[in-house]
Amino acid sequence: MNSSGNGIAPGAPIRTEQLRKVYAGRKELVAVDSLDLEVAGGEFFGLLGPNGAGKSTTIGMLTTTVVPSGGRAFVAGIDVRKRASAVKRRIGVVSQANTLDRSLTVWENLYYHGRFFGVSRRAARQRADVLLQQFSLAERHAAMVFELSGGLAQRLMIARALVHRPDVLFLDEPTSGIDPQTRINLWRILEELHAEGQTILLTTHYMEEADRLCERVAILDEGKVLALGSPTELKRTLGADTVIALTVDGDPENLRSRATAIRGVRSVELDGPIVRVFASSPEGVLAQLVADAASLGLPVRDAASHPPSLETVFLSLTGREYRE
Amino acid sequence: MSVQLSTFAAMLARDVRVLRRNFGQFLVRTIMQPLMFVFVFAYVFPKIGQGFRGGSTGISFTTVLVPGLIAVAINFQGIQAVALPLVQEFSFSKEIEDRVLAPVPVWAVGLEKIVAGAIQSLLAAGTVFPIVLLVHAHGAAPTVHIHHVLIFAIALIFSCLLAAALGLFIGTVIDPRKITLLFAVVVIPLTFLGCVYYPWAKLTPILWLKIIVLVNPLVYMSEGLRTSLTPELPHMPVWAFLLALIGGSLALTLLALRTFSRRVLS
Repeated sequence: MNSSGNGIAPGAPIRTEQLRKVYAGRKELVAVDSLDLEVAGGEFFGLLGPNGAGKSTTIGMLTTTVVPSGGRAFVAGIDVRKRASAVKRRIGVVSQANTLDRSLTVWENLYYHGRFFGVSRRAARQRADVLLQQFSLAERHAAMVFELSGGLAQRLMIARALVHRPDVLFLDEPTSGIDPQTRINLWRILEELHAEGQTILLTTHYMEEADRLCERVAILDEGKVLALGSPTELKRTLGADTVIALTVDGDPENLRSRATAIRGVRSVELDGPIVRVFASSPEGVLAQLVADAASLGLPVRDAASHPPSLETVFLSLTGREYRE
Repeated sequence: MSVQLSTFAAMLARDVRVLRRNFGQFLVRTIMQPLMFVFVFAYVFPKIGQGFRGGSTGISFTTVLVPGLIAVAINFQGIQAVALPLVQEFSFSKEIEDRVLAPVPVWAVGLEKIVAGAIQSLLAAGTVFPIVLLVHAHGAAPTVHIHHVLIFAIALIFSCLLAAALGLFIGTVIDPRKITLLFAVVVIPLTFLGCVYYPWAKLTPILWLKIIVLVNPLVYMSEGLRTSLTPELPHMPVWAFLLALIGGSLALTLLALRTFSRRVLS
């Protein structure tokens, strides 16, 4: 069987080839540009990037609600353009907005979702009961969904996405705008699902979330993949153990050459009034930097030192501050 | 294919569940208008001697009203049951985002909304029928009989489909912020110019109006029901309203499914 004939390609749960989305309009917008991705079975994969990076558009194309302008995408080996209904049968989606059925009770949301996906009445009833237990929602089974708090509603959305046992679970910005406690609970749920072998694709603009949860992340910016790998690998590419950021009053250009000469410094970047120094052996670097700034007549307003994070990776790739 | 049919059936079952839960509301919003209408025009007017007559043939106004008010109920219910929830789903509830992820083509989700809306229209017709027949003053009883069962059934079913398709079309093209204009701009003109309170054939003295109202789908619903329920009254040729109801239902369904798909996919 060939992949173009019946729309089925063997292999990874998610695969894209030169996937592209252009929104027409007065000003053409390339939301996703030539995206090549492959997510393995059981993998927890993150699409990470600032707002407008193309994360939601990518998830939209993979879940069939955004029509690609070019390239191809396969989910569970099925072509999303040619066989959208078959793809929908194999995926569970937790979207950014609360899309629960407000005319139904908590239990009915799960039951009817199962029925939409061809689950028999009996099995859908059982599955709804089991998931309500698993997600600690059993007590609220008869509540109407508009009575639920944001955190509970989100838990129900995840439970609903799992009713028909999808091959891939998509979560679009699940923690944006929720309180810290709910976020930690959600992380725990996702980690458990991952441990059970669920393939998960998550989009987030929180670097620490991707760092904690994802086995691999693709950092997206302006529709393109800037970097792809495990969080550890990505941070290692910086070749630094410590990142020091010094904010000065005045033009920091002269400080750059001084900083580069300090022992243990791998590279230096300027970002407005901030001098960002990547150091492999940080001892004495900060003190030397402050002294150099003073000798150049640049008052130091702020100094900070921290281990490299995905945020620093983003900074070193784009040369600009990460805006959440 | 059978799997997709079962998804379609499950979506209908969900809508029936919601309708059962809100049946009281459904009845109130369906019954109130025709009830008040026949109460005033078929009971109060004859009692106080203020007259409306069905025309020179001596046919009572209530006879004119029966098919008209059923048509209004169908039309109103079809638009309301499909368009209003859809506008909410597109604007703030976002439920539609999940529904279109059901494992059927997107157009099938729209078609299910039309079918569910048509069922509600049919129920509305069923609840209004006894009211317009029974509420009247002594001597003002309407003369109603289903003369052509087949024409009546076709007119009824396609009126319901047409109203629901109109609902889907309106729901997908209207700007949610302007939904309050729906009644002023769409429902009220359709109703008053829908040959509800007068047979179409009687409009000859105002020829321009007689021609203009032909764009109004409610005209064909009223005339179709009028032909099969009260054939004593002058009415539009059978072929004309059948063509408009069947052709209009199909055309508007196709159009609404297109606008629906366009709205949910980007």
